[in-house]
Amino acid sequence: MSAMLLAQEAATHVTTGEAVAFWILGPLALAGGLGMIFARNAVHSALFLVLTMLSLGVIYLVQQAPFLGFVQIIVYTGAIMMLFLFVLMLVGRDSSDSVVEVLRGQRLWATVLGIGLAVLIVAAVSRALSSVKSLDLAGENANGGKGNVANIGRALFSDWVFPFELTSALLIVAAVGAMVLGYVDRHLRGRRTQKELVEARFRGEYERPSPLPGPGVFATSNSVATPALLPDGSVAEESLSRLIDATASEKLDEERKAVAGTLPGPDSRALAPGKSDPGKGDLG
Amino acid sequence: MTRAQLLADDPLWLILIKAVVLLLLGALSTMAMIVLERKIVARMQHRPGPNRVGPGGWFQSIADAIKLPFKEQVIPDTADRKVYFLAPIMSTIPAFLAFSVIPFGPEVSIFGERTVLQLVDLPVGVLVILACSSMGVYGIVLAGWASGSPYPLLGGLRSAAQVISYEIAMGLSIVAVILYSGSLSTGDIVDAQHSGWYFYLLAPSFVIYFISMVGETNRAPFDLPEAESELVGGFHTEYSSMKFALFFLAEYVNMVIVSAFCTTLFFGGYMAPWPISLIDGNYFNTGWWPLLWFFGKTAVFLFVFIWLRGTLPRLRYDQFMRLGWKVLVPVNLVWIVAVVALRAIRHDQSISSGSIVWIVAVVVVVLIAVALLLPDRAVPPDEQVPVTGGGYPVPPLDLRVPDKENLKPRVRRRRERAAVGAGPERGADKETQQ
Repeated sequence: MSAMLLAQEAATHVTTGEAVAFWILGPLALAGGLGMIFARNAVHSALFLVLTMLSLGVIYLVQQAPFLGFVQIIVYTGAIMMLFLFVLMLVGRDSSDSVVEVLRGQRLWATVLGIGLAVLIVAAVSRALSSVKSLDLAGENANGGKGNVANIGRALFSDWVFPFELTSALLIVAAVGAMVLGYVDRHLRGRRTQKELVEARFRGEYERPSPLPGPGVFATSNSVATPALLPDGSVAEESLSRLIDATASEKLDEERKAVAGTLPGPDSRALAPGKSDPGKGDLG
Repeated sequence: MTRAQLLADDPLWLILIKAVVLLLLGALSTMAMIVLERKIVARMQHRPGPNRVGPGGWFQSIADAIKLPFKEQVIPDTADRKVYFLAPIMSTIPAFLAFSVIPFGPEVSIFGERTVLQLVDLPVGVLVILACSSMGVYGIVLAGWASGSPYPLLGGLRSAAQVISYEIAMGLSIVAVILYSGSLSTGDIVDAQHSGWYFYLLAPSFVIYFISMVGETNRAPFDLPEAESELVGGFHTEYSSMKFALFFLAEYVNMVIVSAFCTTLFFGGYMAPWPISLIDGNYFNTGWWPLLWFFGKTAVFLFVFIWLRGTLPRLRYDQFMRLGWKVLVPVNLVWIVAVVALRAIRHDQSISSGSIVWIVAVVVVVLIAVALLLPDRAVPPDEQVPVTGGGYPVPPLDLRVPDKENLKPRVRRRRERAAVGAGPERGADKETQQ
């Protein structure tokens, strides 16, 4: 009885260090959440979410749940967000979102569901503040002896072993399924060896049997912008990358239009003025 | 008092001293490693190495450390400024953080205060180091992305894929150690090795940890992210000056961390090695002596890092990934099951050791029999006629390369050339006659 009272007293009393940690980490987590919603660049959004998850992880640590805290950091920030970042980076750095509503009536549903979620969260938090008894998680006797980490291990592998294994089986099935679906054509055809590829090239299945010619290397110049010359002295068109010519003119095109006054006005389908293609606007 | 209680008693000034010493340790060991690496690799390659700055060139790192921050910063036009600044910080901070849970020594007295040579002893110390390395990957990925050019992006993605893949092998190799020691705390793992170090008790785990620790730190022969022949400079191609120095620092601090962690997990941490541990009732395992053993063991691993770089050629990327996913991870899983089975059998009093030997022998025999039953890989028939006919000039299939023995001696050929009037028919005749 006295132990329970002690525990309750420890739970209601917030130490200075804990308060300081909360008032630093809480606003950080909140700022990360808001930043995730309002950042226009997808990678920045992901980074703000990382900030939120890290702050939550540290809050768990402060609340005497070290295992949960570090698992949060390793699994969520280390693995899941990294996967998100991979996808975002491969999609392209310039892809920002547009404000055009693709789904009909999504604002209405978003408002309704958002209010519902807010009600749920407020109810849960108020219940936690009023009626839930907090347990002392610190020390050797936490959760009924042997400390926090050992007890989590025991619970996970004795009482909850079936749900735990079921979850891991679900994850493995999902991963294997994704791989099987992703490699359907490879499974059907089999992977081509180097020899088969060479033969396919010479059979004419590809545009040309050899790689593209490199740029010209001469006594006067060896720049990538120097075209290679054919035996008759004419320029080999294929030896020049399209990017070298196009990049500068594409970059300056916008400014040229702005100076000439032919820039189109604000567009309802794009976030920034003058960029008619929402996929191309760099708003980061 | 236990380790955690001793550490919890530390006054603030002692914690500050420890933190500063750890920061210095990272920076100083990086400087020492840079000059040592260049010297040792040079010696392995029969050249003098750095020999200009200071006596014998030993101050080279100091010159580098002064030079790097004062170099001009070049920020690419296409870079995403904020993330570009954030990336080096993200890769350096976790590297230093990981030092905090490494136990450098047992109980000592600092200015009359009893304490342990360790900053914190968390009940999940091992996870701290894994979390730090998983946060360090962000620095690499963000650096590659924020530079805004294809080479760093490719390098960053490759690097991240590599570190994440090898982190799985690394995490699994630690599982056996945790099973044996019964704790996730680094201090307890060292204490659990009093009866025997884990590098021979858990040899497969140690081998896998060692391989994955080289892969994890992006060092040769696994330095694919910065393979200079393929990727220019990897994820930090577009970085210069202090930001580049921070990446450099993070890489070397990470090397020290994984070496120190390896010492902790498998080589008894700060405990004295075998012949020395017998002297005077293990006198050399008390006081400040263990620091010497700890740093000695770590230095051996750091030397092996350099040695590998001087010896082994770089792996191809697909070979490297195959090694990680198809060899290290499955072997590790089988080994963990074996360790668990062994421990379960040992805890069960009803099974005698004789029957254990019999069970193991039967399992081995069955495994060998199954291995013999497996069919060999089908060898494809060699005489495939390549299908051609895309309009490209291809030599005929029955082309006969002229035999070298039929070539005429030089003297005779010269004589034939002199008789110009003879015509080609005569030569052809001779060929057919032969």
